[in-house]
Amino acid sequence: MEKHDVVIAGGGPAGLAAAVELHRQGIRDIVLVEREKTLGGILRQCIHDGFGMTRFRRSLSGPEYAKAFIDQVLELSIPFLTDTTVLDITGDKVITLACRDGLKKLQARAVILTMGCRERTRGALAIPGERPAGVFTAGVAQSYMNLYNRMVGKEVIILGSGDIGMIMARRLTLEGAHVQAVLEIQPVPSGLPRNIRQCLDDYGIPLYLSHTITAVHGRERVTGVTVSQVDETLKPIAGTEKEYSCDTVILSVGLIPENELSIDAGIRLDTRTRGAIVDEHFQTSQKGFFAAGNVLHVHDLVDFVSLEAEKLARSAAEYIQNGSLPPCGISVKAGFGINHTVPQLISGQRKVTLSMRVNRQFRDCAIFVKQKDAVLACRQMKKALPAEMIQIPLPENAVRGTEEIEVSVVC
Amino acid sequence: MEQFDVLVIGAGVVGSAIARELTRFKLKIGVLEKNLDVCYETSGRNSAVVHGGFAYDEGTLKARLCVEGNREMTKLSQELDFTFLRCGKVLVGKTEEDLATLKRTIAQGERNGATNLRLIDKEELHRLVPAAVGEFAMYSANSGILDPFGYTIALAENAAENGALYFFDQEVTAILRQDGYYLVNTSRGAFKTRWVINSAGLGCGQISDMLGIKGYHVIGSKGDYIILDRRTGPMLPMPVYPVPSNTYMGIHVTNTTDGNVIIGPNAETVTDFSYYGVPQANMDYLARSASEIWPHIHKADYIRNYSGILPKWVDDKGVIQDFKIEIRPELAPNAVNLVGIESPGLTAAVPIGRMVAEMMQEYETFSPNQDFQPKRTGILRFEQQDDETKARLIAENPDYGEIICRCEKVSKAEILKAIHNPLGVSTLTGIKYRTRSMMGRCQGGYCQTRIARLMEEELGILPQDLRYARRDSWMFTGSLREEVQAYGKA
Repeated sequence: MEKHDVVIAGGGPAGLAAAVELHRQGIRDIVLVEREKTLGGILRQCIHDGFGMTRFRRSLSGPEYAKAFIDQVLELSIPFLTDTTVLDITGDKVITLACRDGLKKLQARAVILTMGCRERTRGALAIPGERPAGVFTAGVAQSYMNLYNRMVGKEVIILGSGDIGMIMARRLTLEGAHVQAVLEIQPVPSGLPRNIRQCLDDYGIPLYLSHTITAVHGRERVTGVTVSQVDETLKPIAGTEKEYSCDTVILSVGLIPENELSIDAGIRLDTRTRGAIVDEHFQTSQKGFFAAGNVLHVHDLVDFVSLEAEKLARSAAEYIQNGSLPPCGISVKAGFGINHTVPQLISGQRKVTLSMRVNRQFRDCAIFVKQKDAVLACRQMKKALPAEMIQIPLPENAVRGTEEIEVSVVC
Repeated sequence: MEQFDVLVIGAGVVGSAIARELTRFKLKIGVLEKNLDVCYETSGRNSAVVHGGFAYDEGTLKARLCVEGNREMTKLSQELDFTFLRCGKVLVGKTEEDLATLKRTIAQGERNGATNLRLIDKEELHRLVPAAVGEFAMYSANSGILDPFGYTIALAENAAENGALYFFDQEVTAILRQDGYYLVNTSRGAFKTRWVINSAGLGCGQISDMLGIKGYHVIGSKGDYIILDRRTGPMLPMPVYPVPSNTYMGIHVTNTTDGNVIIGPNAETVTDFSYYGVPQANMDYLARSASEIWPHIHKADYIRNYSGILPKWVDDKGVIQDFKIEIRPELAPNAVNLVGIESPGLTAAVPIGRMVAEMMQEYETFSPNQDFQPKRTGILRFEQQDDETKARLIAENPDYGEIICRCEKVSKAEILKAIHNPLGVSTLTGIKYRTRSMMGRCQGGYCQTRIARLMEEELGILPQDLRYARRDSWMFTGSLREEVQAYGKA
């Protein structure tokens, strides 16, 4: 069996950044595995700009952002396999790959999980009604249009105000489709404010908050949808039904970290993030398995994915060099107003940044990181939105003892 | 006009089984189907349970043909290469009344010729299905589950391999009797035949009327289902049913041959036989109701929902009747009329096919087809092979090394075989039914784009001509741009 220091599952933004940083840390025996024909992951189909403002201080398109990393992988001659699917990863780090050359097994010392996420589907949401053709998730529609040169429809309703949905509203409009409305079941948009302005407002596409699809119509292709207003508990309000005639429904209703391989490797997941439970080294419950990017928790901006994967790579390099990492016995808990925090475990010995999302919109609030009664860090915020990932650094030596840390919103 | 010995109307499981049984004889057989593929209505929209035969009144065709179908299912699945698991099934109960009903059900089953039925206590129930809720249960060891798509496709492909011709997108609009022949007009053409077989499923009433056998009242019983992620499969080794009423099996949880769990069905009487929508209230009801017998239903595991409609023949009082399988020479000579073939039609399909062939031979002697080949080979599932076989398959055909569908791990080799299927089906759903691609938890989020492109390339069709499932279920309005020409060529 081939042996390698590190095997990276997934050549999207997280995998690419991890590979490059590992190399920079002196790790050379790497294999980056990608199932597509080319590296880059989902960025390949994101032809709009706005990527890289944090990481590169300029606005790039998705393929340009990916290229910045792919060029380094090529330049540094980091080994990678494309057109190769990871079929299985065992708890003792044997990775089974399938490609046209055959079935391969690799033994790794460390495994880096960067598989990204998948879109929540109509079936997962259990959207009622018939099941005609013409219901696409936003990413599938984006792939058809930007990678496959296929136009998916003419009269469009978009469910969900996720970022990809709004970007697709603009894209479809530019290609001559009529986007009638974007519907959001929550009372607040789930995507970034900049996308509401640039993708909806600028094109006169209405966004209806507290609205959802209560029936899809059509036996062959979509013929229309019934839309209802919802109450505070998100239940449709009888009598508010409105019929829309359309041939296409685009869903932008959430992303789910793609952790099937992680589960098979015996890695414990967080029920809130649906990603692995990790410590400050981005190490999972299985020693020598690391995860970062959207497979760990869904990010708002790719820049943070790259930065997170680079941090992971530094820990993974340390793991390869020392055979272990300092233990992390202090758990970080999501308290009032916080949906989740990453990492879930810290050592208390090093500087660490906590990433989190609030579970609803707050105004004029503060986010407190507390250990018992001691405030370790605090961030004042004029507005905290679930759409935005919030990061709060914990200074070195802030943490005392091994008591649990809690992050919560105070208004 | 093409002339046939026999035209079978309807390419569901029953029509395909009949067609296959008839290819054992020297006959020119055609199968007319209004959809673009087989098993597009009731045959592909059910619980996929192979029934034991205990739920039907003694002496009925339902009882006899179900017991027969159950008995031969293992052999049939080996012959035709589809997945059937004789996993058993339990009916769980709590009250004295439940116990009495289950005892009656066992007695009825035994009178019907069903075997291996017995009452089990709570302890044994939990040994069989640890997660099931009940004080006791009836255990039917002979019951099982199958892949409903694979099963119908196998019957149809074997019929086609033995000479039956399948015609899709041909909805029968009129049947005329002329000079000892039937002229069958369809939405796209006309056919001439000596024999007609009405195995139109939900359309059985209309075809019966066209044949001149009037007066059957057929109602639809619509049932909705929810499909759960494969991760739930290990918690359900066999179907768990509640105690049945006289006419309805109740909302049950069923494992599938691919390791998913399905919940359903409710039973709603409908008159529109083409509306398959699933309302929110029904989904909530299914989950609530099934949780009482199997408390592992979580919305996070939902991957899809669907519904199916059973055609039930009822009398004037609305009482559901037995299968009707008849030849009425005074009204329609050389026509076999099948009415109200509902559950257990899936289990009983092949015995129904045999019965139809026997009935026809009371009127005419058929000479055997010496070339009849009962064996058929399906598409090998890469995912289910051991590593050694996987390696060998890739070495022989590198397309096995290209994984197109990640959730169900379907290779390009399998997709290509499905695209070039023996029946000539060319819809995305057709590929799904034949390979399980697009059936997993991401519902085609990863692979559908790739499969669509492969279909266009392999079949030489334009994007705007690709169909999802039914005739007008177009996928694309066309290309966004002219394909970019390479530099120097323009």
